[in-house]
Amino acid sequence: MEIPYTIEERPDTGLINSKLGIWLFLASEVMLFGGLFSAYVFLRLGAPAGAFHEWGQELNIPLATLNTLILISSSVTMVMSWASLKMNDFKKYKLYMGLTLLCALGFLVIKYFEYTAKFHHGIFPGTNTFMSIYFTLTGLHGLHIIGGMIVNGYFLGSGSKMWTTEPEHFTNRIEIAGLYWHFVDLVWIFLFPVLYLL
Amino acid sequence: MSEHSMNDIKSHVKVYMIVFAVLAVLTMVTVAASYLNLSTGEAIFLALTIASIKGSLVASYFMHLISEKALITWILMLTAVFFFILMFIPMTSFIDQSRLG
Repeated sequence: MEIPYTIEERPDTGLINSKLGIWLFLASEVMLFGGLFSAYVFLRLGAPAGAFHEWGQELNIPLATLNTLILISSSVTMVMSWASLKMNDFKKYKLYMGLTLLCALGFLVIKYFEYTAKFHHGIFPGTNTFMSIYFTLTGLHGLHIIGGMIVNGYFLGSGSKMWTTEPEHFTNRIEIAGLYWHFVDLVWIFLFPVLYLL
Repeated sequence: MSEHSMNDIKSHVKVYMIVFAVLAVLTMVTVAASYLNLSTGEAIFLALTIASIKGSLVASYFMHLISEKALITWILMLTAVFFFILMFIPMTSFIDQSRLG
């Protein structure tokens, strides 16, 4: 079955169906992460004065700063991969999409080192309420990175065959994948100061 | 693709690069600010303000919200309302506690 309005905009919404779909999904994602941010506020207010800040001192700010820069870069390469398709440059698309995946991988590798360093120091999600919410939020965010990598990996690999048959449809797919990817970046933009700096 | 929209994309690319630079600078600013001797309230306000600016830049330019259809803006405004309700629900338990003394 063919999904309608993937290239042409639907007259009543003024949008292609996939774009409306991804935005509704992202709205639900805001509520998912919102619930956990809400839990963070609740736990912070419930902890002894200054305890949350003190427990957070265990985290590695330079590594997290590097990861923030990596994720921002990946957002730029993602939007550039879409712009390359808009400019009919498939080779550049492949380059930028490849770089996006590389950045995502770099982010996860750094996150892995951060997690294992904590475990080596005997710090686990059950250590205190800060670490519980830290591991929950960053873990869920990490799963979102993996999810994005699977989708982007498909569009870099076998999924990119669509460029030769339906270039406009493929370009729209990359835009939609990009919206998800930028959202994952956006969540990290808030996670970074809230968990590492405050 | 017409010549016009090709030029449009090229000007978009310039904007993306500027946004990238601003995001990188703001990241360094927020890290630097965390080393200042600010009170907790001031630090939270500053960090969340910078994060909000960064978030708005990503949403406006990378996610094209600045030129997106009204329907999406409405969906997001509704989401924002529910997000704030969700954020403030836990606070009610603290109102309750202070009333009990």
